[in-house]
Amino acid sequence: MSYQARFRVWRGDEAGGELTDYEVEVNEGEVVLDIVHRLQATQTPDLAVRWNCKAGKCGSCSAEVNGRPRLMCMTRMSTFSPEETVTITPMRTFPVIKDLVTDVSFNYEKAREIPSFQPPEGVAAGEYRMAQEDVQRSQEFRKCIECFLCQNTCHVVRDHEENKAAFAGPRFLMRQAELEMHPLDARKRRAEEAQEEHGLGYCNITKCCTEVCPEHIHITDNALIPLKERAVDRKYDPLVWLGSKIRRRTG
Amino acid sequence: MTEAERHTYDVVVIGAGGAGLRAAIEARAHGMRTAIICKSLFGKAHTVMAEGGIAASMGNVNSNDNWQVHFRDTMRGGKFLNHFRMAELHAREAPDRVWELETWGALFDRTKDGRISQRNFGGHEYPRLAHVGDRTGLELIRTLQQQVVALQQQDEREFGDPEARIKVFAEHTVTRILKDGSRVAGVFGYARETGRFFTIEAPAVVLATGGIGKSFKVTSNSWEYTGDGHALALLAGAPLMNMEFVQFHPTGMVWPPSVKGILVTESVRGDGGVLRNSEGDRFMFKYIPDVFKSQYAQGPDEADRWYADPDNNRRPPELLPRDEVARAINNEVKEGRGSPHGGVFLDVSTRMPAEEIKRRLPSMHHQFLELADVDITAEPMEVGPTCHYVMGGVAVDPDTAQAEDVPGLYAAGEVAGGMHGSNRLGGNSLSDLLVFGRRAGLHAAEYAGGIGADRPVVGQQAVDAAAEEALRPFGLAEMVEPDGPPEGGGPPENPYTLHTELQQTMNDLVGIIRREPEMREALQRLARLRARAKQAVVEGHRQFNPGWHLALDLRNMLLVSECVARAALTRTESRGGHTRDDFPTMDREWRRKLLICRLAAGAETAEVTPRPNPAMRRDLMELFDAEELQKYLTDEELQHYSSEDAEGQE
Repeated sequence: MSYQARFRVWRGDEAGGELTDYEVEVNEGEVVLDIVHRLQATQTPDLAVRWNCKAGKCGSCSAEVNGRPRLMCMTRMSTFSPEETVTITPMRTFPVIKDLVTDVSFNYEKAREIPSFQPPEGVAAGEYRMAQEDVQRSQEFRKCIECFLCQNTCHVVRDHEENKAAFAGPRFLMRQAELEMHPLDARKRRAEEAQEEHGLGYCNITKCCTEVCPEHIHITDNALIPLKERAVDRKYDPLVWLGSKIRRRTG
Repeated sequence: MTEAERHTYDVVVIGAGGAGLRAAIEARAHGMRTAIICKSLFGKAHTVMAEGGIAASMGNVNSNDNWQVHFRDTMRGGKFLNHFRMAELHAREAPDRVWELETWGALFDRTKDGRISQRNFGGHEYPRLAHVGDRTGLELIRTLQQQVVALQQQDEREFGDPEARIKVFAEHTVTRILKDGSRVAGVFGYARETGRFFTIEAPAVVLATGGIGKSFKVTSNSWEYTGDGHALALLAGAPLMNMEFVQFHPTGMVWPPSVKGILVTESVRGDGGVLRNSEGDRFMFKYIPDVFKSQYAQGPDEADRWYADPDNNRRPPELLPRDEVARAINNEVKEGRGSPHGGVFLDVSTRMPAEEIKRRLPSMHHQFLELADVDITAEPMEVGPTCHYVMGGVAVDPDTAQAEDVPGLYAAGEVAGGMHGSNRLGGNSLSDLLVFGRRAGLHAAEYAGGIGADRPVVGQQAVDAAAEEALRPFGLAEMVEPDGPPEGGGPPENPYTLHTELQQTMNDLVGIIRREPEMREALQRLARLRARAKQAVVEGHRQFNPGWHLALDLRNMLLVSECVARAALTRTESRGGHTRDDFPTMDREWRRKLLICRLAAGAETAEVTPRPNPAMRRDLMELFDAEELQKYLTDEELQHYSSEDAEGQE
């Protein structure tokens, strides 16, 4: 079941680079990251790539495979025909460091701008009581593995460097939604904060983020839209909030 | 003179998994300026892969649970080789460490009455594991990561600088602990992104680097697990202990080949999954060892009743400690009753409805569907043993986590030895990280805070030597390219090839079942690999160069692999994560001995020497009945305890 595949991998650094062609063996059951590792071991040992778990759990090996933002460890070679050339490029929204490795510090800066969980006053450790159905909504968002593919894909920043300062991106707007829906978070006005300070208004719910999420989190439907509705609702209409609950998708 | 970026901190934590982050949070809480060094990006550490849960006797699901029961289970799981004091502290403090996570925003699955839900796991008498589906490690790491961010936000408000008192050096790797005399003075390493060197001067260093799995071919461990902390400790003059004990998790994926070794969580069995061989036989009933006979069901009917009525039935043998299950699977395969791809069948599809499987085991469902085209709600998984965890590690003081012989050096989590004895129970790792991470951070902070004007200093000579060592693979490349092989060595070597050969050696010769001739062969091969590793050559430049990183990691993997092989050869019995084909039984005399590995200054390989295992405190001993103790303790030890008894009665 082995065959020789044609790969094109972007090689270069901040000064520039180009797609380089490789012919490389592919075996049954392999994923794109296996092939990148084979390139390192047999043809180009200094090919830079991030990876950790190779099981879709850590979110390190994000890249664009044939133009689609993907985790390389979860992209099986069987999804391509043996004749097809597979092209791997680094995530486009973040500055390149070297080859497939990008500078994702934007995301860590945004993470720091979202106010942390605020514990409820007068509730001691060990005394937290929450119902499963109430934690479930935030738990969906906490499945996030921080691969930053949603941040990479979101058109607000993908080709608009100028928006980066004012826009936290889907991952961190979702973090606000997660805390907003946390049954015991004591901080008020998170939805309004998301709107006023973290650029929620830039999002026009095209759902690109949801589409690329390897964890299949319904970022738009379950986090961003309800957050938008809450932001509006507190100012205008309490019924909108109810609507958001009915519309919520599960699974 | 080497150019290296220089920093000064009070406490340096190497590793940003559960233990490292918990240590850093504690050190910072005690007012220390703290640096976290993180081999990967922040939030990607191996802890993220833990699935099943955090063991803590909160008693939320079964109120009979308490720290004494947890302690007992832990000692049994480790076949009584554990350091009793570590096992005691762990069992006592784990609940507080879990509850604390909730105050930092963690969202565990809940019981009906709104408390933290707890699930069954191998070797645990009661449902004990706090969990979030099968992604508990992710929840743990994210919570700690977000708590670090919360502290940085505090500093931003207070000092206008978020990194005033806690800074994460992401994608930095430490290659040497630097000393001033016998004391720790700081660390030396490189930044992946630029390839530039850095030193951090600090009186206290906490090792929290995790394990060694990348020395084995089939492993559930991520690329970071190259035994860095183990090797750094040895090179700094601190001893390791229990290195012969390596845990093979019974259930890793076996197919397709590229995913071989990826973990299949024990929760599958905890929640009702069963193991079958190719004949459809639920074979674990044949493999209940004598020491566990009284605690496990003898047939499927009793085992199945246990899930609903644990008070009146005994546990299914699928929930024996991991070493027992791994050996059983190994044997079924060896005797020709394996699955098509060389494992056995793990089945939940016939045990619960599809929807429930997806709710309880979402990551497993996803993982098998995406990577193996297997729908676990409709068909069984194929699984086999995979290298998962090293019980051995830095010999530490149980209370303070301070490494022996090197003032200022601390170790917590997988890199520390003693806590788990010869075999770790599932769920006891995440709790270990929290309990001893906190203790290491606390005591490192106290030590650093008390050092006053007598701060150790990093000498330029040590920095130069560390830099020269790290640059060696590049230097060789220059020598090799124009003039052929370098002086005194063999031909240039590819670090990837060396790594593959090392993994194959450890897998084949020092794996789950061990034999003397094979381990001797392994030691010879390791010696040859060590010589060849000196000829490892790196292409390209220093900026984010994986070939270079691997060439440097090889030193650590080889050093640690030799410790494993040598200790395994020395221990002539079978116990926990050390199974000798030529010495198949547990020997009570050996329980009294621990094997210590040390690296003499300038030496290339560690020496292994035995030393006595400290005797358990009497009040802890009394938690077990005499009949059980007889299986583990020598007659002499038993006599000693009973004579104390007699004295007590007088």
